[in-house]
Amino acid sequence: MYDLIVIGGGPAGLAAACAAWERGLKRILIVERDRELGGILNQCIHNGFGLHHFQEELTGPEYAGRFVELLSQTGVEVRTDTMVLEVTPGKRVCMVGKSTGYREEDAKAIVLAMGCRERTRGAIAIPGTRPAGVFTAGAAQRYVNIEGWLPGRRVVILGSGDIGLIMARRLTLEGAKVLACVEVMPYSGGLNRNIVQCLEDYGIPLYLSHTVTDIRGRNRVEGVTVSQVDEHRRPIPGTEMDFDCDTLLLSVGLIPENELTRQAGIQTDRRTNGAVVYENMETSIPGVFACGNVCHVHDLVDFVTAESTRAGYAAADFVLGGPTEGQALAVENGPGITYTVPQRIRPGNIQKNAEIFFRVNRVCGKSRILVTSGEKTIARFSRTHLAPGEMEHIVIPGTLLANASGSITVSVEEAAT
Amino acid sequence: MTDVLIIGCGITGAALAFALSRFRLSTVVLERENDVSCGTTKANSAILHAGYDPRPGTLMARLNVRGAELAKRLCRELDVPYLGCGSLVLAFSPEEEETLQELLRRGQRNGVPGLEIWDRERLRREEPEVSPEARAALFAPTAAICSPWEYCLALAETAVRNGVRLHLETEVTGLTRSGDGWLVHTNRGDFESRFVVNAAGIDAARVHDMALPHSFDIHPTRGEYYLLDKCEGGRAKHVLFQCPGPSGKGVLVAPTVHGNLIAGPNAQIVSGDDTANSAQGLSFVRSKAVKSVPGIDFRQSIRNFSGVRANTGHGDFVLDIREGFLDLAGICSPGLTAAPAIAEYACELLRDAGLELTEREDFIRTRRRIRFKELPAPEKAALIAQDPSYGRVICRCETVTEGEILAAFRTPIPPRSVDGVKRRVNTGMGRCQGGFCGPRVLELLAKELGVCPGDILQDRAGSRILARPTKEGAQDV
Repeated sequence: MYDLIVIGGGPAGLAAACAAWERGLKRILIVERDRELGGILNQCIHNGFGLHHFQEELTGPEYAGRFVELLSQTGVEVRTDTMVLEVTPGKRVCMVGKSTGYREEDAKAIVLAMGCRERTRGAIAIPGTRPAGVFTAGAAQRYVNIEGWLPGRRVVILGSGDIGLIMARRLTLEGAKVLACVEVMPYSGGLNRNIVQCLEDYGIPLYLSHTVTDIRGRNRVEGVTVSQVDEHRRPIPGTEMDFDCDTLLLSVGLIPENELTRQAGIQTDRRTNGAVVYENMETSIPGVFACGNVCHVHDLVDFVTAESTRAGYAAADFVLGGPTEGQALAVENGPGITYTVPQRIRPGNIQKNAEIFFRVNRVCGKSRILVTSGEKTIARFSRTHLAPGEMEHIVIPGTLLANASGSITVSVEEAAT
Repeated sequence: MTDVLIIGCGITGAALAFALSRFRLSTVVLERENDVSCGTTKANSAILHAGYDPRPGTLMARLNVRGAELAKRLCRELDVPYLGCGSLVLAFSPEEEETLQELLRRGQRNGVPGLEIWDRERLRREEPEVSPEARAALFAPTAAICSPWEYCLALAETAVRNGVRLHLETEVTGLTRSGDGWLVHTNRGDFESRFVVNAAGIDAARVHDMALPHSFDIHPTRGEYYLLDKCEGGRAKHVLFQCPGPSGKGVLVAPTVHGNLIAGPNAQIVSGDDTANSAQGLSFVRSKAVKSVPGIDFRQSIRNFSGVRANTGHGDFVLDIREGFLDLAGICSPGLTAAPAIAEYACELLRDAGLELTEREDFIRTRRRIRFKELPAPEKAALIAQDPSYGRVICRCETVTEGEILAAFRTPIPPRSVDGVKRRVNTGMGRCQGGFCGPRVLELLAKELGVCPGDILQDRAGSRILARPTKEGAQDV
């Protein structure tokens, strides 16, 4: 019997395992489906990681390397090249591996850290032919940075998510011609620094409120059509532009990978596509925690580390100190909010402050973020700029939560201009 | 000189090759593409129809009903995914209820067993997600779903194991009469055969015209589809049709044998094998599908595709033999269902034309493949202990192991492309659509075929996935 099984050896799983070890757990196992620890960081060879956590600028593999190094100084057991097939509500984990065979292991606590996957062409129903040359940005990144192959020579990128922006620069540096980055929304889905450093610095045009409306080519992509869209995201006839390209990259969103979570009967949230979690990242099954991109999609790995460290501590506390008791406040989404994490807060279980992470559903200038409970406003925060592509968070002093009953609501009010 | 040469290895060609392989004959199959099942067979509704649709008295009616019966046994013997889920035709108006009665009568005349009309209550009870607007339904218990490409592959593979010779990437360019047989000209030289069978799908009219005077036309009709994630798979328990109209059986909603939900098709006449999706076509499919099942969440779509059916426009298959040239043409819906019955009938036509059919004693009639995901835990453990490659999961969405891919490389018709692997073991069929497993499958293929990654194809000839090594990567190549 393990104290803790961590499913996934990416940044979330690594931080959770390190934290749980630090807090005193002895029998910890990380199960990783890839051949190496590090998860998607291994293919993110650009820099910009670690500014918050390490106060220095690292590449993805370097960031992962710091944690792998840290882990090697612990007694945490690692099984790579091993895939978890099932997690039961009774905390039994079924897994298969080439060297370890089929195994069922029991644990006192589990951390779910499986990460996310990319939305595909099928999810957005792009019309046209179905030739080779349509890649998700992450798959293209793997081909370039891990396999050493360029997927195409003339590229259009649909979606301005961070991976797409990073790949625009990466492919340009490799000698490919990136013709355009096309975004259906009137604002970019990626970090502002990536728009500047990956598109503007290389003269790659960004077409906001545009989308791909046709793909041509029988065997390999021969071209795509890009059209402007109206406020309902419907293509406007007459605005078509044809691009002569051999590759279309899709950076149209990430989806937390929660098949194991659902199979285990854990409650999930339609807004995050992840598990519903409490303040300590515990799911609806006591002793099962979720953190990182499997819980909600993050922009910065530093925040994944912080969240997963909390999950790791909480898992250790669960094993060493027993289940968390107490009434929970529901965190509701008010106007302007897409989702919050956590979705539930047990005021009795917070040390000093409660942290709430959230995304807004549109770009806002100077705004106030309000936390209310019933008629009462219990906290207010001001921001000068908010965008859906940038995760926000607020810190509510625990003493203020004593004023809340039943639920609290987070909402955004944009100041009149 | 061979006894029989079949042009085309879709479901029709494969079913005939399999049927002929039980006799002492020399049979050759020519296929233009780099794999079997590449045309209409791989892109359709995957339905084995009960047989109430075709006009009574037609070959189509007889062969549909017979084919449905044969398919059930064949799928079991050849280890093809098959689910006898039954079908429902929904009626949304009093006029459509009349249509159900007409279909019932037609089905009874065609010999379809077990047909029943369900009232609204029965319908709601058996199919809870169906639209409350549906007033009644025709239930056909013998309708089923299958994996069409695996069905074709299983037939073709077993035929090859029985001695049939399959030539891929071999395109027929002309036909000339030679003695009492035919000379078949191709891009890979000439083949001589006593009988030639035209199973060329949407190109059947063109192939026919190479041999004999023009006698029929094919109007390629495109149908577009949505394939939805497994989380939507439970929305339909039966194949749900709407009442047929002039352009076909209309948009259906059905489960798939892989656990997904399928919705489609529309029907649009196109030129050649134009399988592009159109915004209008997809929007039409969505609007019709929610009429049957209002709760479908199209945000859970994982793939769109389209296929082209070989319609002739006169409501029956073209199954004729003249001068040793046998047309199996106009195989539109229910062609997948009818295929083994068409093959049976083709054998009779060939025998009547002088082909001697002597059964062989060593005929192989069964096929098995390992599906790791479906094995109970102890068998999973035993399999990995015996062959550790079954312990490495390559496709995480569909839980397909390296062992299954390596086993596919050892089959009589090994895959030559990433999609060829997909058709054999389901890699890339799931919600991430090969985003994660694509590079792994590509690597395994490159190793197996002994070529560099840049030469690996997505699907057909010319569909290369990668352009060139990166600056760093070039140093390793």
